[in-house]
Amino acid sequence: MSKPEEEKWKKICKSKEERPKVQEYKNWTELPPIPISLPLDGSMGRTGDWRTFRPVINTSECNKCGICWMYCPEGVIQKNEDGDYEIDLEYCKGCGICATECPTKNIEMKRESEM
Amino acid sequence: MTEAEQRDFIQKKESKILKGNIAAAYAAKSARVQVISAYPITPQTTVVEKLSEFVDGGLMPGTQYIKVESEHSVMASIVGASIAGTRTFTATSGQGLFYMNEMIHWAAGARLPIVTTLASRGPAPPWNIWADYFDVINARDTGWMSAFCSTHQEIYDEILMSYKVTENPDVMLPKFVAYGGFVLSHTSKPVMIEEQDLVDKFLPPLPDEEGWEHIFIDPERPMMHGNLIMPSGFYMEFRMKIHDAMVRAKEKIKKVAEEFERMFGRSYGNGLVQEYKLDGADVGIVIYGDLALQMEQAVDELRDEGYKVGMLKLRYFRPFPEEDIRKAAKKVKVLGVVDRATAFGSPTGGPVSSEVKSTLHNSGIETKVLPMISGLGGREVTLEQQKDQLKILVKMNETGELPDDLLYGTLWHGKLEVE
Repeated sequence: MSKPEEEKWKKICKSKEERPKVQEYKNWTELPPIPISLPLDGSMGRTGDWRTFRPVINTSECNKCGICWMYCPEGVIQKNEDGDYEIDLEYCKGCGICATECPTKNIEMKRESEM
Repeated sequence: MTEAEQRDFIQKKESKILKGNIAAAYAAKSARVQVISAYPITPQTTVVEKLSEFVDGGLMPGTQYIKVESEHSVMASIVGASIAGTRTFTATSGQGLFYMNEMIHWAAGARLPIVTTLASRGPAPPWNIWADYFDVINARDTGWMSAFCSTHQEIYDEILMSYKVTENPDVMLPKFVAYGGFVLSHTSKPVMIEEQDLVDKFLPPLPDEEGWEHIFIDPERPMMHGNLIMPSGFYMEFRMKIHDAMVRAKEKIKKVAEEFERMFGRSYGNGLVQEYKLDGADVGIVIYGDLALQMEQAVDELRDEGYKVGMLKLRYFRPFPEEDIRKAAKKVKVLGVVDRATAFGSPTGGPVSSEVKSTLHNSGIETKVLPMISGLGGREVTLEQQKDQLKILVKMNETGELPDDLLYGTLWHGKLEVE
């Protein structure tokens, strides 16, 4: 029988379906025996904090080709219901690949301090 | 099995005359280890040589034997094999263990139940290949458990017990089983090799395809381990978990020793320590590894001469059995601690005497502790010398004074005096 505080990590290890959106632990007793990183949103924490430059899409001029979506190494660019591309700033590290690859040059990298 | 049946069973068993290293190889075979990775180093080499014979001769079906180019790669490949969910084994000595050092930390940090035997030898320079426990003690803070053996049979038995301790889900820490190079590794004694079905019954089942509970390689359940943790993350707490598992392992070790005795009829004290004639003794001596065997005889002979002496054989260095040390210290007025290893610059003698002294600190126990260092680099320690060590403690108890010949509070016993 496992202790109640171990249930959380045992679930994460056992079943892909039961994995939560984000790994969160209250204290050391709940932790798994080893640090593990799962292919989940934010497994490294809120990486948006790392950003120096923020990509800003000029939606009115964007031709919706999807190249930014394809190139984004973090998978944080998604198409919304209106067919526009949106960037999840919680996790966007601001690498600027989308801005470089955009064929119509409609993504601008703006300094976070100026936002 | 009834008692009578057990007796019959024991009588039918045959022992083999084996070198310590070969006994270690037989233990790995009995434990049905699935992956062995090896690089030769004296005095360990014949362990993995024998295992390569077993594997090549088809005596260990299904076991993978990996030959690599260095000890660092030995542990790297063993870590990989263990992550994949297999029972793993390797052996090394002295400099080999030092070269392995980085990967040793990865094994403990990943909480892998790897068992590694050490035919312990003195560290170089100057080159030395003989009994000295500096190598295993040098790995003190790696998160590995470590146990000492003092007989050939104990090498075999301890390796079997090790898998039962390390693979306990609450422990999941790797472990060293250390025995003196040449004194045990290359001498021969009768060793009982247990029936395979009995060993299978004693040990936990081999890990299945799912692997260990906390770490596995499964494309259906992708995970990464050994990742970076920022200072604000749970780094400190993961270290706490290793310490917690190590301390709690003491209870498991005791339980496994009990189960081992029930099943195979051989007793190793409470698993952590073995007391020998400490009751009614005025002075006691804490000793470990090969030196402990002969010290029993020294105690016997001095007891016959009327000296009230006893000893405590330390079986585990990590986790450290502090409760048992206190219990033993309470029984005597003077306690000697014999280290076959050094702790340069330590204010409290050798590595084990430092632990004993800090265990007694603030405990209200007034027992005097004399750190001793003896038999470094395979230096012969005779029965007469061990009797002398006990007599020094007896004298210390009678006069209440420390011996004269101390180097910064430690007695280096058996120094060469050339005329």
